[in-house]
Amino acid sequence: MRRDKQEAQAQFNRRVLLLGAGGALMFGGLGARLYSLQILEQERYRTLSDSNQFSFRLQPPVRGRILDRAGEALAENRDNYRLFIVPEQAGDPVRALERLARHLPMTEGRMERLLTQIARTPRFQPVTVAEDLDWETFARINLHLPELPGILPDVGEVRTYPHAQTMAHVTGYVQVAPPEMARGDRLLLHPGFRIGRSGAEIANEDRLRGSAGQLKVEVNAFGRVIRELPDQSVPSRPGSDVHLSVDLRAQRVAMQALSQEAAAAVALDMVNGEILVLASTPGFDPNAFVLGIGQAEFNSLNSNPYRPLFNKATTGLYAPASTIKGLISMAALEHGVISPNERIHCSGRVQLGNRTFHCWRREGHGSVHMHDAMKVSCDTYFYEVARRLGVERIRETALRCGLGHLFDIGLPVPERAAGLVPSAAWKRARRGQPWTTGDTFNTGIGQGYMLASPLQLAVMTARLATGRAVTPTLNLRPPGFSFDSLGFDEGHVETVHRAMSGVVNEPGGTAYWTLRPGLGVEGVQMCGKTGTAQVYSITPEERARGVRSQDDLPWRLRNHGLFIGYAPADNPRYAVAVVVEHGMGGTRTAARPARDILRDLVTRDPATRETGPLAALSAASGTGS
Amino acid sequence: MGVFSQSVPRGLREKLYEINWAFVLLIILIGLIGVGMLYSVEGGAWDPYASRHSVRFAAGLAVMLGVAMAPPRFWMGVAYPAYIGALVLLIGVELFGVTAMGAKRWLELGPIRMQPSEIMKIALVLALARYYHDLAAERVSSLAGLILPLIMIAVPVLLVSRQPDLGTAVLIGATGMIMVFLAGLSWRVIGVGAVFGAVGAWGVLTYALKDYQRDRIFTFLDPEADPLGSGYQILQSKIALGSGGLTGKGYMQGSQAHLNYLPEKQTDFIFTMLGEEFGFVGCMVVLGLYAMLLANCVMIAGSCKSTFLRLVVMGVASTFAFYVFINAGMVMGLFPVVGVPLPMISYGGSVMLTVLFGLGLILGAHVHRGAEPPKGAGLFG
Repeated sequence: MRRDKQEAQAQFNRRVLLLGAGGALMFGGLGARLYSLQILEQERYRTLSDSNQFSFRLQPPVRGRILDRAGEALAENRDNYRLFIVPEQAGDPVRALERLARHLPMTEGRMERLLTQIARTPRFQPVTVAEDLDWETFARINLHLPELPGILPDVGEVRTYPHAQTMAHVTGYVQVAPPEMARGDRLLLHPGFRIGRSGAEIANEDRLRGSAGQLKVEVNAFGRVIRELPDQSVPSRPGSDVHLSVDLRAQRVAMQALSQEAAAAVALDMVNGEILVLASTPGFDPNAFVLGIGQAEFNSLNSNPYRPLFNKATTGLYAPASTIKGLISMAALEHGVISPNERIHCSGRVQLGNRTFHCWRREGHGSVHMHDAMKVSCDTYFYEVARRLGVERIRETALRCGLGHLFDIGLPVPERAAGLVPSAAWKRARRGQPWTTGDTFNTGIGQGYMLASPLQLAVMTARLATGRAVTPTLNLRPPGFSFDSLGFDEGHVETVHRAMSGVVNEPGGTAYWTLRPGLGVEGVQMCGKTGTAQVYSITPEERARGVRSQDDLPWRLRNHGLFIGYAPADNPRYAVAVVVEHGMGGTRTAARPARDILRDLVTRDPATRETGPLAALSAASGTGS
Repeated sequence: MGVFSQSVPRGLREKLYEINWAFVLLIILIGLIGVGMLYSVEGGAWDPYASRHSVRFAAGLAVMLGVAMAPPRFWMGVAYPAYIGALVLLIGVELFGVTAMGAKRWLELGPIRMQPSEIMKIALVLALARYYHDLAAERVSSLAGLILPLIMIAVPVLLVSRQPDLGTAVLIGATGMIMVFLAGLSWRVIGVGAVFGAVGAWGVLTYALKDYQRDRIFTFLDPEADPLGSGYQILQSKIALGSGGLTGKGYMQGSQAHLNYLPEKQTDFIFTMLGEEFGFVGCMVVLGLYAMLLANCVMIAGSCKSTFLRLVVMGVASTFAFYVFINAGMVMGLFPVVGVPLPMISYGGSVMLTVLFGLGLILGAHVHRGAEPPKGAGLFG
């Protein structure tokens, strides 16, 4: 037994030794292979490695342009003369930069920043020294290149936004990719390559970017290109141009009309939902972001109370105020809770339990029917109509008109907002309180919980005016595009339409005196509705101190001014919504800019004018049919 | 002090005293090299690789010491249940596995994502060791004594290769065969087996492999033929190694690695990066550390008195050696690219745990080298 065991152990040990010998042999094999690769063939592989470093130059693609509907460039590229330093070839980076500074003045701080960046980067990777040089400086440095080892001149392209402020929120801007995104991506790491970071630039990134090519070059030991081998290279494929539906000229009218305000304007072609104007003031200069915006400049933009970086047209949310009254009228007619001729008496106030609800006109409007109630914007009438409808039926119509809906118009998700259409269930869930008739009253005049963006207000306007399920987009839609009907009764659409015409064109209408003579285009009328969203309620004490009107309040406490409208009245085509933050009243500050936009659109008629890409599109479909 | 005077340590303090600290030191050295290389992978950043690797390595070391404290009887007791459990999990992968990157290797149990093939590596070693420990010496070469171990090896190999995870399947199969060999299989049977094996390998190569698997196997023979296709990885890896030369390009200065010519540099190709940055010297130091660790294992196996412990030590050591051979050979273009990591240096949690668990078993075998559990011994008997 013991002998058996000893024999087994001896056999085991013999075999372990055998295996050990096999293992040693394999380790030896690995060592021999390494010796052959790393010692014997070192030179060959070192050359291959060097050629890896230099022989293929990544060719970043040219970014596609962003064009307006008429083919005007909103974002394009211009030459960017720049200098790189390749630390490995430059020797001592301090001396290399000092040599360069003789031709290109550099501040101490800039030089220090560059040196820390060079220290952080692998020595074989180029670091950007200067960008956007003028041609003379660039040519001078090229001339002195032999005394500047390690300096690599390069002509790249840089994004430029010719209409700067006017289109900033539509185009957005490009920037160097953030490090966490660029990690491991050679194209994104390429110095000077930029990607869309907001607006249409990011939403259309895939189409705009194109794909990188590889340029095969022969280089000498200093990394200077001796010759290029284009036939062995893969050319970069430029990105495609993107045509947006916006109309540069109408946008300019909007931006100018609202230039003194913090405001937003949206205009739509109601037939196909194309957005013609998407303005948010104040604008900002997207060009400042492309080459890297300074911290001070960014801070001043970011802390400006007028919020220039914020796209108010799509993400600003406001109480729709009286602009909702067309929608409430439509809901009332559709559900048959009131006939257009039924009169309701307005004494300037309504008592509900122990709360008093005022009409904006303290002395009341007397006995009004729907047409007049809309025209004079009588709150009392709509308190009663809302009470009869109840919040759920208001909500249903509001959703049908596009409120509370997140429209995918071709902007990135953070630049859109859904707003809020309240319901009893919402209030219970969010506030833990039951819905009250008072809440319904407030909803009926667009105050209270309801919130909408200017974009949504424009959609609501278009849906009420056409009775169709208009959805907005920043992209061009094919000719002949149309929307399904929302199922509103034709007669009801007509009633609301005439009421909104009354607001502008009949004496007594809230926008009549301000806009007189209406649209201002021979033979064409516009429709509209004013609104004033309360921001702050003047207290009795303040009233006693002499704070009587909005003008006496500081800017941030003044009411928002709103206006929605459309034209031409006899064949509605263009819808517009304007919100002026703290503009005190829709009549005072929002109506005229909205009218100016509509007037420009109606006179020039860009929706039917066949120029640029639109002409090409309709020509193509013309031959098809 | 003769062999017979060895006694089995009992208390925790005695056991700790018996731990082979040189062995532990080697392991720590290798792990630290891994941390250093993963720091370089990110161009000099702790996150995400180096930091997580350090944490996993520290946790793995604790597991290793814990495993080393358990007596051989315990491991004999859990050998079969562990094997059955691992088998059930492998079948689970086949049925409910999570597919990632074209392969079904993972099983999701609540928040835990596990790779049962890793458990099987250890479980098979334990089960085979236990089987041969219990088997009478004269039956080792008999047909009856051979069938069960072959089935024990074949079933997991088939299941793993179906995932498909060729590298692990080869690893499990080869480890199993080495254990059968060490258990004392007669040379005559080995000769016959070799003939059948050759025929079988030909069959598998021709009929059972997926196209991309065959491609990977054949392109390593001639990577230059398709430099941008499947030979790309091997070619770039060879360039990186070769250009490293005698002493390398310097820490964090590997142009191949940092310009992203090198694929998977944090996992399968980390040895290449080491070779590029530290050259032939660096490679030999790392291979030398592995060789010392393995030599230590062989010495421990020789000192063990029970068949069970000897086989466990050699089984785990073989798996470990295969990891190193296959990985290093793969990046040098000697073996096909099969996706086997370099133990304790490559980034990856499951393999790290498996390896340190296995090394814990070896460490435990050294601590309990005098133990002679009877045949059929187990937890409860």
